[in-house]
Formats: sequence, C-alpha cells, structure tokens
Amino acid sequence: MTSVFALFLTAAALLVTTAVYSLIITRNLMRILLSLEIITKAVSLMMICVGYVTDQMAAAQSYAITIIIIEVMLLVVSVGIVFGVYRQNGHLNTDDLNNLKG
Amino acid sequence: MNEAWLIVMLAALVISAALVVMMRDLLKACIGLALVSGILAVVMYMLGAHLAAVFELSVCAGLITVIFVSTISMTKVLTKQEAEERERKRRKRFRYLPIALLLVLALCLSVLLPFLNGPLTRLLPVLDPESAGKEMIWNLRQTDLLAQICIVLVGVYGVLIFFKKEGAEK
Repeated sequence: MTSVFALFLTAAALLVTTAVYSLIITRNLMRILLSLEIITKAVSLMMICVGYVTDQMAAAQSYAITIIIIEVMLLVVSVGIVFGVYRQNGHLNTDDLNNLKG
Repeated sequence: MNEAWLIVMLAALVISAALVVMMRDLLKACIGLALVSGILAVVMYMLGAHLAAVFELSVCAGLITVIFVSTISMTKVLTKQEAEERERKRRKRFRYLPIALLLVLALCLSVLLPFLNGPLTRLLPVLDPESAGKEMIWNLRQTDLLAQICIVLVGVYGVLIFFKKEGAEK
C-alpha cells in the first residue's frame, strides 16, 4: 500500500513539475490553460490514490467527480475569457497584453 | 492489481504530459491532453474508481478536447516563418525541463520515500463496497451535488455572457 502511495506521489510531483515549468516559461494563454489542466489531473490522481490507500474509494470518487466538474467549468469560463482577449487584441501573447497598464 | 502495469501507465502519463507542454502545434497538444486523460482514466479504473474513470474519460478526454479544439480553430494559423521562429524559441526554453523532472524524481526517491514507510492512518469508517459509491454520492455528499449544480450554472452563465457580448458588438 505504502509503495503504491509513494509511486503515485512521485508521478503527481512529476506532473506538477512539468505543468509549473510550462506555466513559468510559456507566453501563450492557451498553453497556460493546458498546464492548469495537467495540474488538476495530478490532483485527481492523488485523490484517487489516497482513496485507494485508505480504503475510502467511495469518498475519493465523490471528490474526484467534484474536481472534474469544477475543472470543466473553470476551463469553459477561461476559454471564453481567452477568446475575448483574442478578439480584442488579435493575439494570445501575455507579454503584449498591456491594455490596462497605466 | 498488477504493479508493473501501474508503473508503465504512470510513466506513460508523465511522458505524455511532458509532450503536451513541449509540442509546438496546439492542436496536437490538445489531442495529447486527451491521451493524458485517457491514461488517467485507465489508472483510475485499475485502482477501482470506476465511476470517476468514466467521468474522466467522457468529460475530460471528450468534452474538454472538443472545447479546446473549437477554440483553437477560431484563432489564426501562423505562417511557416513565424512557426519556425517560435519553435526555435520554444526548444531553447524547454531545455531545462528534463533536468527539472530528473531533480524532482531524485528528490522523491531519496527524501520522500523514507518518510512513507509507516502505516497510513484511516480517517473515516469503511463503507460497504457494493453500495458505497451510490450512498456516498446521493446520500452523504448531497451538498457536493448542490455545489456542482451551482458551478455548472455559473459556467453556463459565463458562456452566455461572452456570446451575448459578441452578438451586441456585431
């Protein structure tokens, strides 16, 4: 059980590292959303793993489904915002988004 | 559960996630994200979380990919010269990712694993596995369901606002 937990913890840490690295260096809003998706997948993975290890799979599934719903709605609203930014500016580069700069 | 298969699936999950963030073409990156969701669904199924696996596969691998692809199709395509220029910059930026991954892997294997040798405590009482899933979702976690419905309504409202604005501008 413990080795399984360590295995999943390592995989989740690697997923979060990949996504955070991409979040730091990327300039494209769509790629930022892709990175956020990968972070939520790592959270879902850990949630299910903890449910398996503690023998609480029903509760873990319930939480995982809640996370998935929140993830989808977050993405839908974010994509709407990204599309609005694209209509306004014609690009998705965060370096050039300085319309609100005083 | 076959641990060897689990290790293979987790390795595939991490590798496909790394490919998603490194791919130049956004469309291919979105398809890669669907692959990540598919692999995660298989891992969930292997651990016995069948309901969550179905949700992950249908919602994350299906719906989210459709949303991403439809959004990307609304943006303009880069010229060949612009694409090559960006590809060069991207390769330069991602050169430290394998090093970062190896560092985190070494950290997990050397520092975290010795702390996980003790038994993990069980916080909640164990339910009957036959009816646990249904009972948990429909009887014990009703507030979660209410919150999920509210979140879905908020998402729908957000989408309506964006499309309404587009119509008003036209």
